Amino acid sequence: MSDRKAELLSLIRQVTSEEVIEIPNSTPFGVVVKQEALLSLCDQLHKNPASYFDMLSCITGVDNGPESGTMEVIYHLYSIPFNNSLALKVLLPRENPEVESVVSIWKSANWLEREIYDMFGIGFKNHPDLRRILMPADWKGYPLRKDYKHEEYYRGVKIEY
Amino acid sequence: MKNQQYIYKEDNLIDSEPNKFKTGELKSEEMIINLGPQHPSTHGVLRLEVLSDGEIIKDVVPHIGYLHRCFEKHAESLPYNQVIPFVDRMDYVAAMNSEHAYAMGVERMLGIADQIPKRVEYIRVLMAEINRIASHLIAVGTYGLDLGAFTPFFWIMRDREHILRLLEWASGARMLYNYIWIGGLFYDLPVGFEQRCREFITFFKPKVGELEKLLINNKIFIDRTANVGVLPLNLAINSGVTGPMLRGSGLRFDLRRVDGYSVYPELEFEVPIGEGKMGKVGDCWDRTWVRVKEIYESLRIMDQCLNKLEGEHKRTREFDPQAIVPKKIRPKAQEFYVRAENPKGELGFYFRADGKSDIPFRCKARACSFVNLSILPEISRGVLIADLIAILGSIDIVLGEVDR
Repeated sequence: MSDRKAELLSLIRQVTSEEVIEIPNSTPFGVVVKQEALLSLCDQLHKNPASYFDMLSCITGVDNGPESGTMEVIYHLYSIPFNNSLALKVLLPRENPEVESVVSIWKSANWLEREIYDMFGIGFKNHPDLRRILMPADWKGYPLRKDYKHEEYYRGVKIEY
Repeated sequence: MKNQQYIYKEDNLIDSEPNKFKTGELKSEEMIINLGPQHPSTHGVLRLEVLSDGEIIKDVVPHIGYLHRCFEKHAESLPYNQVIPFVDRMDYVAAMNSEHAYAMGVERMLGIADQIPKRVEYIRVLMAEINRIASHLIAVGTYGLDLGAFTPFFWIMRDREHILRLLEWASGARMLYNYIWIGGLFYDLPVGFEQRCREFITFFKPKVGELEKLLINNKIFIDRTANVGVLPLNLAINSGVTGPMLRGSGLRFDLRRVDGYSVYPELEFEVPIGEGKMGKVGDCWDRTWVRVKEIYESLRIMDQCLNKLEGEHKRTREFDPQAIVPKKIRPKAQEFYVRAENPKGELGFYFRADGKSDIPFRCKARACSFVNLSILPEISRGVLIADLIAILGSIDIVLGEVDR
């Protein structure tokens, strides 16, 4: 596993000129990527015959809370022929977070990104169809943000927790 | 005003879930047909907005979220062990499998995954495979119902009842079990369970053969499903489709084999794939056929588990399935992604633990039905409306998991 990790790291270093930082205590192994470098790195990881991450399993949004002032988007990639897993993490500010959409590379990103937009209010540039997916379209606020306070009434119905 | 529950206005529905296509912008031959959310063939509360030209479908827009129960928000306010009942309610026809995946993830985070007694692992796998059969039965049975075959559904429900009774006997609940705990089990198997399981296997094997004759190899069924909704392999992988859908498209990919979690490496079973026997590889018939073949494989696994549970890892007086259930579940600060093969595909959980509390900082469920459903618009463009129902049924969604 450590061989593979080293291989992947060197591959990522080739693709981006930016400094690559490992995510501490992460399973599977992952790296932190700059917001601007994400799309080109994903494209390379997808196309390069040495990595060939052909499946995007999961995209997760995380809100670190108002104190830290950051949000994260985490991509879990998987390569079927090499049986490799990789996590990519993008750090975003809490004010107007926006990141490049990866729908042009993996189609599975479509709904997963819409869900994150719905729950965290993170925008995805060049997404073909960015609408709310689970919550109603006229819902106010982004429910999975740590400072979210739900409204007392929705259409005259009291929201009780 | 005070007693009024819901203020009805005509625009409410339009505001809360607007159509993607606007009526003013349509061409003269196009029309929008609304399917659901209350429609038996949508398997729950799924709404499909269909843009059609006569009988031909031009585009489909699924509207989901009618069964959204805030799983991820709840998980952020509950200790790890109390999340398990919520996990049950995601995929409510295969709750044991979801519990297994969740418990496995937390155990690996705590570092106690290799201390779990073998007997506990075998009971977990046994339960998961029984539940997998029940889930596939529902998938195949309701699929027949969608296509107008009424009898198989009743036969299947009759057989599934035996499974639910078995699971009820072990856990106390018919569908939502809370049986697999972090670090162990709620209780050991009831006395005589193994015997009953064997009786079930001998009873059930011929019934699957009957099902194959009655439904899968039926001429009408083949006419309705073969060459319909063909999902090419490259599109399937690119769209993140997993489970029987991916295998139906011809890739031998099963996480039980690939990851080899729990005791699956010690068990023998085949991974069936779609071969295009009746039409092209990856059509609706192939997906259903893969599910039926997997029922046979699950029966094989059950048989091997029972051999172990009656032989090597026999019930003893001292055995306590809760022996290493941790009193306090506080993983070190870490990020963890765990995945497991559910009947419908890859179920993944992403955990973020901060190391200071018993509550997950973030718990995300990567639901297989959710990702599998997103393929629907891609493969149903240009088909007839009746075929849309056939394609939707073959995807085998559970709306509880789509919406979480």
